[in-house]
Amino acid sequence: MRPGALLRVLLVATAGLGIWAGWALLPGSSVQAAQTADSCTNCHQNLAGKLAAPAEGMSEDVHGRAELRCAGCHGGDPARSGMDAHDPAAGFRGVPQRRQVPQQCARCHEDPTFMRRFNPSLPTDQFARYLTSEHGKHLAAGDGNVAVCTSCHGVHPVRAVSDARSPVFPTNVPSTCARCHADVALMKPYGIPTSQFAEYRESVHGQALLRRGNRQSPACNDCHGNHGAAPPGVESVANVCAQCHRATRDLFVRSPHKRAFDTLGMAECTVCHGTHNISFPTDVMLGQEQGSVCLRCHPGGTAGLRAAAEMRATLEEVKAAIAQAEAILKRAAGAGMDVGDARIDLDEATSQLIRARAVTHTTSPPEVRRVTAVGLTAAGRARAVGEAALAEMGFRRRGLGVSVAIIAFVAILLWLKLRELKHTPASR
Amino acid sequence: MGVRDWLNERLRYEAAQAFLEKKAVPVHRYAVTYYTGGVTLFFFVVQVLTGLLLLMYYRPASDAAFESVRLIIAKVRFGWLVRNIHVWSANAMVGAAVLHLAATFFSRAYRKPRELTWVSGVLLLGVTLAFAFTGYLLPWNTLAYFATKVGTEIAGDVPVIGRALMVLLRGGEDITAATLIRFFGIHVAILPALATVLLGLHLTLVQIHGMSRPISVRVRGEERFYPEFMLRDFIVWVVLLGGLAVVATLWPWPLGEKADPLAPAPAGLRPEWYFLFMYQTLRMIPGRIAGLEGEAVGVTLFALTGLALLLVPFLDCWAQREHKHPLFPALGAAAFAFVLLMTALALVAGM
Repeated sequence: MRPGALLRVLLVATAGLGIWAGWALLPGSSVQAAQTADSCTNCHQNLAGKLAAPAEGMSEDVHGRAELRCAGCHGGDPARSGMDAHDPAAGFRGVPQRRQVPQQCARCHEDPTFMRRFNPSLPTDQFARYLTSEHGKHLAAGDGNVAVCTSCHGVHPVRAVSDARSPVFPTNVPSTCARCHADVALMKPYGIPTSQFAEYRESVHGQALLRRGNRQSPACNDCHGNHGAAPPGVESVANVCAQCHRATRDLFVRSPHKRAFDTLGMAECTVCHGTHNISFPTDVMLGQEQGSVCLRCHPGGTAGLRAAAEMRATLEEVKAAIAQAEAILKRAAGAGMDVGDARIDLDEATSQLIRARAVTHTTSPPEVRRVTAVGLTAAGRARAVGEAALAEMGFRRRGLGVSVAIIAFVAILLWLKLRELKHTPASR
Repeated sequence: MGVRDWLNERLRYEAAQAFLEKKAVPVHRYAVTYYTGGVTLFFFVVQVLTGLLLLMYYRPASDAAFESVRLIIAKVRFGWLVRNIHVWSANAMVGAAVLHLAATFFSRAYRKPRELTWVSGVLLLGVTLAFAFTGYLLPWNTLAYFATKVGTEIAGDVPVIGRALMVLLRGGEDITAATLIRFFGIHVAILPALATVLLGLHLTLVQIHGMSRPISVRVRGEERFYPEFMLRDFIVWVVLLGGLAVVATLWPWPLGEKADPLAPAPAGLRPEWYFLFMYQTLRMIPGRIAGLEGEAVGVTLFALTGLALLLVPFLDCWAQREHKHPLFPALGAAAFAFVLLMTALALVAGM
């Protein structure tokens, strides 16, 4: 081999080695993976059935990605191969018992210093809250059937809450809770109803979350709590609803209902709106007609029912004014008139109607009327724009009639002139 | 000396009157087609007058154009009428120009010595379409915005110079405020200047050569251009003015929504009726034809057809010898049938 050719071979070989070395040192490359792989995964992935499942799921486990691998929960020495890795002397714990799971998870999850290394934004009070939950209390009392961490979060893999495949991803929470809470046999000993999920699914909240994927809508945990899950209780229901419906809550607190409900031990919001089966509120709920929730407590002819009827009438007045204005504007727009500015007034009227509906929680007809008055004025302005447009349209059509008549008259005159010219000798 | 004599001494209008009185218009079964030119001219005059009125309020800026047209429609006294007449008349002018072209084509009125009258007429049709295309964007509404986007993309398919042409039209890569100002400038300055020159030439040539007599059509006699023909023309104009007033009042042209460049293109987007046949053809044409890009082939064919139309008087050698050969009318009828079919297909697809 000539010296030149030898030099070229050496250069190519050196370059190839360099590229391989660079690739091998890249994060995530198989060489590095092999260095960090533990014997747990190596063995279990070659086993059959349920012994292989943990190894398969670990690739998607949030802990696996944070390099808190099998030994983090199960103990043992992953540096040793075969059954040697299961050495109790190396802290091997095997499969934790169900009732041990919360403490097991809490070993890391309640340690802020440890958690800061992986996810500093994650709270570290889950275990403390769990102990206050109905689940935690029952577990402490020796009930092994209640939910523990893995019941909701899954195991092998445990996915991040933000992962849409996680059982605790917002849209999955209701069905996750329902796995136990819709199970008649499981709930029987506790005397808990099992219809919550079926009711929730058809409720305004359930439809928004489950059908339209609106994650602003509450799932079970938003009202009952996550790790501290418990029924809100009569005294807390209004506070729970107020997490989202703050303005309505403030209006309700000003009403006579507040004191009455407190005295009677009634759970405020749920009395009229229901619990898991909260349906879209309509104006029919207010007043003295069939379908009104007021009739449940207020007998006919009482002051409360009269106030309800008055508030309902006020709402209907705005609705009618908006509908009238809309119809007029639609006619004007259909005739090609520009009524775009009136849309702003109509939107204002509609927003005042929505506000007035919220103000009915004060149960004060004058307060409702104050809001609807603004809406009525706005609807009136929109209607006036529509009527002016229709009047202008009438003026245009009358003007058109006159113009066409003049044009026709001129055309006839010209035609007569033409006829006259035809009869003069020069035109022939 | 009376005012009439004073004016005549300076303007010599009696000489023009004598010329017009001497000019004769043949009377035959197809003489009605002579009015198509006058009708086109009427719509042009309406466009100029209403355009000047709109110019007083229109503002050619992307943040003010739509608002200024709304102001014209909603607040300016009779602004709605002026704007509606301008839009309806623009459409009618395109229709009238096409009708005039068809009448001239099928009566072979382009033959010697009227070749340049035809050429100036075809160029005027091109100017009319350019007026329509540039004017369509000026209200800066959603439909106009996206239709102009599609239209300028078609210009971009012209082989070799397509991309440069598209950038030149748009004033950049996209339809922006620069495009609006450019289209406005073309619409109110460049095209009117071109139209004035071409129309002046066209009308002068019409006066020099007079009305063409179709080959082998029995001419029943003649009538004076002035005053009989002009009077009849004028009656047509007056009736058309009434018609414009009716459609402009009863069917106002919608302004739509303000253009939002970030919004997705509206569904069922298509150009105005006079460009539909071209749009539909380019949509139906295969992606590749003989290794070339389909749309580029289509645009080239349209350009060549336009060139052929311009050169018709020089291509129809039979007409030059006063012979009626069925080839050109057959080609013309086929082209019209094609345009009608493609327009109908586009309308059906958009329903």
